[in-house]
Amino acid sequence: MATSASARLDTFPKLLAHNAAVRGTRPAIRHKDYGIWQTWNWAESYDIVRAYAAGLSGIGVRRGDAVAIVGSNRPKLYWSVMAAQVLGAVPVPVYADAVADELAYVLANAEVKYAAVQDQEQVDKLLSVSDRLPQLAHLFYDEPRGLRDYDHEKLHAIDEVIASGRDALTENAVRQRIDDSIAGGSGDDVSIILYTSGTTGRSKGVVLTAKGCIDAATDTVTFDKLTDRDEVLAYLPLAWVGDHYLNYAQGLVAGFCMACPESPETAEHDLREIGPTFYFAPPRVFEALLTRVMIRMEDAGVLKRKLFHHFIGVAKRYGEKLLNGEPVPLGGRLLYGLGEILIYGPLKNVLGFTRIRTAYTAGEAIGPDLFSFYRSLGLNLKQLYGQTEAFLYVTAQPDGQIRSDTVGPPTPNVEIRIADNGEVQFRSPGQFREYYKDAEKTAETLTEDGFVKTGDAGFFEPDGHLKIIDRAKDVGKLANGSLFPPKYVENKLKFFHNIKEAVVFGDGRDFVTCFLNIDLTAVGNWAERNNVSYASYQELAGHPRVYEMLQKNVEDVNRALAQEPLMAGAQVHRFLILHKELDADDGELTRTQKVRRSFIADRYKPLIDALYSDKAEEDITTEVTFEDGRKGSISARVKISDVAVARTAAARQAA
Amino acid sequence: MRVIDITGAPHMNSTGGALGAPQTGAPHRGDVLLNVENVSLRFGGVKAITDVSFDIRKGEIRAIIGPNGAGKTSMLNVINGFYNPQEGRITFRGATRARMRPSLAAAQGIARTFQNVALFKGMSTLDNIMTGRTLKMNRGFFWQVLRHGPAMREEIEHRKFVEEIIDFLEIEAIRKTPVGRLPYGLQKRVELGRALAMEPELLLLDEPMAGMNLEEKEDMCRFILDVNNQFGTTIALIEHDIGVVMDLSDRIVVLEYGRKIADGVPNEVKRDQKVIDAYLGVSH
Repeated sequence: MATSASARLDTFPKLLAHNAAVRGTRPAIRHKDYGIWQTWNWAESYDIVRAYAAGLSGIGVRRGDAVAIVGSNRPKLYWSVMAAQVLGAVPVPVYADAVADELAYVLANAEVKYAAVQDQEQVDKLLSVSDRLPQLAHLFYDEPRGLRDYDHEKLHAIDEVIASGRDALTENAVRQRIDDSIAGGSGDDVSIILYTSGTTGRSKGVVLTAKGCIDAATDTVTFDKLTDRDEVLAYLPLAWVGDHYLNYAQGLVAGFCMACPESPETAEHDLREIGPTFYFAPPRVFEALLTRVMIRMEDAGVLKRKLFHHFIGVAKRYGEKLLNGEPVPLGGRLLYGLGEILIYGPLKNVLGFTRIRTAYTAGEAIGPDLFSFYRSLGLNLKQLYGQTEAFLYVTAQPDGQIRSDTVGPPTPNVEIRIADNGEVQFRSPGQFREYYKDAEKTAETLTEDGFVKTGDAGFFEPDGHLKIIDRAKDVGKLANGSLFPPKYVENKLKFFHNIKEAVVFGDGRDFVTCFLNIDLTAVGNWAERNNVSYASYQELAGHPRVYEMLQKNVEDVNRALAQEPLMAGAQVHRFLILHKELDADDGELTRTQKVRRSFIADRYKPLIDALYSDKAEEDITTEVTFEDGRKGSISARVKISDVAVARTAAARQAA
Repeated sequence: MRVIDITGAPHMNSTGGALGAPQTGAPHRGDVLLNVENVSLRFGGVKAITDVSFDIRKGEIRAIIGPNGAGKTSMLNVINGFYNPQEGRITFRGATRARMRPSLAAAQGIARTFQNVALFKGMSTLDNIMTGRTLKMNRGFFWQVLRHGPAMREEIEHRKFVEEIIDFLEIEAIRKTPVGRLPYGLQKRVELGRALAMEPELLLLDEPMAGMNLEEKEDMCRFILDVNNQFGTTIALIEHDIGVVMDLSDRIVVLEYGRKIADGVPNEVKRDQKVIDAYLGVSH
């Protein structure tokens, strides 16, 4: 332990020992259990992990063995990761909600011999596929509930493993073996294998080395000035690179405390109690929070409501400027200060955001209004772009250079280039070594000079910020050769509250057209306020005033596109509002609510043909599946609207 | 329905005496805990229960089933001491009771849940479950009002127990929510929590799965099994869903028109012609 401080800290166990030595009494991990936050400091954590490792070693865990980790964010599962790493074994976290079949695939692929799991549910899942996992020798569980009568030959409570390890550690030889194991680890060792979520085909095991992980985490800890005074709420899925990076790796590097929520359902409440200083959430979480705040404000008294809206207006004017350190008149500063006391402060407190110094969002495009709402409250929300293959960060926005439409410049020590086909490629300190047992996929993903192909298309803005537009394979070209990034245009359309879903077409065509779905809640609300009467979704969707309203939205999008030289050609020329909502039951959306563009194109072919003719309306009949599984059909006459295209050089050329 | 037979795991409901260490002083697993002998219950001229006998053994899950109006809830109310049968004897832990009151039953270690949820709607989940500890609180009114010293220590002890129940039933997220705002399935779970807070020896569940969706039913089944497995609590339950009962219980009593028509393990009961007739109807 004493020796490790001077040695190179190139593995997580060495960092753990280091933290125990230099900040032993600082909190390392917390867990809310039985309604009370329980805390373990670094010294205690190290002590437990050593005992755990000794116990595992006694059961037979050896260097190089794969140890699956299945469950939600619990100290004992994080210690399982650490204990495995102490022994030089390779932790393989798996998504807790994976069905038995997926679990079996990952465990078989990674040749997992041991698994540390949360509870009976996971034990049952593993036992149900045990015939497909002949190598799986032992299971370790956190919660004993319901497991009492199980055959305990291969099943051990984590507590018992730790206790047996503690006994073993009384022997000098065992103690020495654990010390040697920690000291003997090298940065080139495989630190962890993270499986991709597998949206495209089978999930792949991304092999990450200890040195890569720690170098990458060290860079971002410096970048965001994280220290051992920081605190995070570890609520992201344990098996996701985001959790392993943001919480585990950064936590060990910076020495900050990771708090585990009581249960996934209480995470929001626990967030408020912990008040983290560093926070990550995907855009939809921020969106859901905002919606809930707005709904609750509408139910509040008149005075509160007025105050809220007034000061949100003030925040809109000055908040972001203040956060970016731009000049703001004194009056504005005072007004904002008052708003902080009356509205922003209490609001952030309710959301659990009071102490946040740095918050990130990533994963999908975030609406500019949504983004600036949080920033105007004084929440330092930023965007990053990352991949499991990079051990997360590829780009991130530095403080003071925040934009809602970019993902920021490359993070320190990351090289990015745009390939000829527009694909973003990077080389980074944390970049993966290979896909586990899949040399072919590895070769496909890595370029000859060692860059990783992201599969995303993007470009650099003049100020050095990277902008991601779409998956590279989805980006098409119009007949005249200009770029056609469907998702980029669709996202811009979807930022309008009235538009729930948008599907654009244009690959190989003369111009871009689109289908829109109205958002029934937003447009229905508008109809109520404007005395527009309607009897059905179909009628509202076809209402001339709705068309008028959406036409304005599309024109706004066109204007925004016209300002970007690369995108000007992708302006929408004609659109229609679909008479029915796109639905996963009809196969139009995936189960994760992503549009299936080609399927929709086939199904609504007459409408697309009409969009590319000069017809003003078209009849369509489609089959629909009701929720109880019955099928029926809907016929409608759908109107088509022409949209003014914003005038730019590129647009004139396209026309 | 949740499959309980899992590779490597023994059947969890086995009532064999081998499982679980017997508690000192308490009847051993497998001994008769409650014996119902020739019980008849009448409301005026209406015979709710006629000459019914069966026993409930320590550590088992015992189901009482039957068509509507068969006298199931009446039977539970008799066990619970809410009704006093005109004829017959009930022996609990070897002692035959004369007249019975629900409060006495509670003090003896019989807890129950109701067909229609009977919680304090305005109180939080936590407080509702705390009420289940009332009988275990020993400090007098004076100390309770002061809420200091011994009363405080006592409350902390009880709170600890209640937190274990909350953890067990996985209702952490609704700890502070008034139960009136909870969906029905969760209210049922809170009610079970309150019954568990009494640390009952015998737990009576009146249609614990009624009105639940499939997922809630599966959860409830799991909790019932876990209560039985973990705390060794004897459970008597009334249930309509015959599939649930077959999976869950060790032995089943079938009532029809207030009479017992069958009694045995699920597989026997399932094949019993009288039971089939009672459930599916029979042409005469």
